Amino acid sequence: MTARTAGIGVLALAGFALLAFVPRLGNPYYLALAISLLQYTVLATAWGMFSGPTRYVSLATTAFFGVGAYTVAVLGEILPWPLVLLIAAVLGAIVAAIVGLSTLRLSGVYFVIFTFGLTELIRQLVVWFEVNKSRVLGRYVFVDITQADIYWQLLALTAAVFLLGWLIARSRLGFALRVIGEDETVAKHCGIDTTFAKVALFTISATVMTLVGAIMAPRWTYIEPSIAFNSMISFQVLIMALLGGAHRLWGPVLGAVPLTLLFELLSARFPNTFTIILGCIFLLIVYMLPRGVAGLFEKLAATPGGKTTQRVAA
Amino acid sequence: MIGESGTPVLEVGGLRRAFGGLVAVNDLGFAVGHGEIMGLLGPNGSGKTTALNLMSGVLRPDAGTIRLMGSDIAGVASYRIARLGLARTFQLVRVLDGMDCRENIKAGLAFQKPHLPAAEAEVRIDTLLERVGLAGHDRRPAADLTYIDRKRLELARALAAKPRLLLLDEWLAGLNPSELMIGIELIRSLKADGITIVLVEHVMNAVRALCDRCVVMSSGRKIAEGATADVLSDAAVVKAYLGGVAADA
Repeated sequence: MTARTAGIGVLALAGFALLAFVPRLGNPYYLALAISLLQYTVLATAWGMFSGPTRYVSLATTAFFGVGAYTVAVLGEILPWPLVLLIAAVLGAIVAAIVGLSTLRLSGVYFVIFTFGLTELIRQLVVWFEVNKSRVLGRYVFVDITQADIYWQLLALTAAVFLLGWLIARSRLGFALRVIGEDETVAKHCGIDTTFAKVALFTISATVMTLVGAIMAPRWTYIEPSIAFNSMISFQVLIMALLGGAHRLWGPVLGAVPLTLLFELLSARFPNTFTIILGCIFLLIVYMLPRGVAGLFEKLAATPGGKTTQRVAA
Repeated sequence: MIGESGTPVLEVGGLRRAFGGLVAVNDLGFAVGHGEIMGLLGPNGSGKTTALNLMSGVLRPDAGTIRLMGSDIAGVASYRIARLGLARTFQLVRVLDGMDCRENIKAGLAFQKPHLPAAEAEVRIDTLLERVGLAGHDRRPAADLTYIDRKRLELARALAAKPRLLLLDEWLAGLNPSELMIGIELIRSLKADGITIVLVEHVMNAVRALCDRCVVMSSGRKIAEGATADVLSDAAVVKAYLGGVAADA
């Protein structure tokens, strides 16, 4: 087991080292595509870190992404870049902790609706503040960050998220979240502080999403609330994580890569009917792959030939 | 029977909980001594499960006190009560279907404080699997177990934390006669280990065989309390609970 873990670790490290050379290819289209792929990989993986084990479906991805992007829009020109990222992460964590403490007592569909409403609430607050207080709706982002810089930052964040997710899954907190996902009442009677566990993971996941928003912000030269808080991101991330399989750390990436490529194609070819197509894809995934691509792999591995596979998961 | 310190393991007084106009538990009071098995009886809807939910922190009482080993746990969060040494099973058996038997039991002990070293935890899980009759099933998913095995697994999870007080909510319900005998022996062996038990049960043979004392509830109130044989022959109990005819099962 440890030899296998070490092997996977070495492979992953080699993979990341190789990916670091993508900007050297010198092709701006590939670089842009690679940035999109990494962006959605990190977002979907972070989404799965919380929603996978707990089975709480969150539509707040955009809210945190937007907080990150807007932090850059406001502070990007004033403060040094690492400090801007740090402030964005702290803001994301604070918003997530407040939201978590007030909503994670909700369950099922109420939680889904609240998280969706939250995005809209934050967007409206930003609009109100910009219109009434700062008197600018929309800001220019002039920071000295190249596309390659964005790519490398996202790649580092991807590596960090996988490492973090791996550590959490092996920890008592990770096990607690799986028990909560199975049966929250039982979890409480086993001595699990369910509120703390859920808020902690929700905050970690949201902080990562906020960082993605902050890192991505320089990609646009102009940011306004409708761009930063585009609720489509929440739905896309959800679909990707579900397609890949949110019950595994490596699941969401299996959905993020093919769907980013597909969305890229579809949004260019069918800009007006894109949302309808998105909805249909969502339906197909839920009906045909309820446990995602990761679940499909596990099922194939669990057929009579591969007897040793673990059906644990979920 | 009272523990060395003289404090009952569980002491309930003036407990009350209403749902709207319905008073599910009304002025309930009793004490359970160390190593005792106390039966909590009563017809369906008499408030037994509500009482268990109040003791285990699922519900907050409107009034009254609940003391576990002398400390007040009325209205305290379930997870804190669990860490203080109270474990329970559920009327409708609840196991973690997506996990295997080993992980199910691990859930019962992983979150107790102080944390048990990993090697010791593994040994305890093996012992528990053996004890409830699930030896060799450790990697089997809980979803694949039969009804009785699910009950066994749920009990093993409850025992994992070495509870001071165990609340069993109709744990013997639905077992066939031979399974029932095994179940009764299993619970009796827990008593031998010094675990104090509150048993909510409708299976009268089991109540007679296991309970030192009984409290009988009807419409939320305590209508009788005392030694099992006395309580079961009490006229008020027979009328309320057995419908006027002394049944045997």
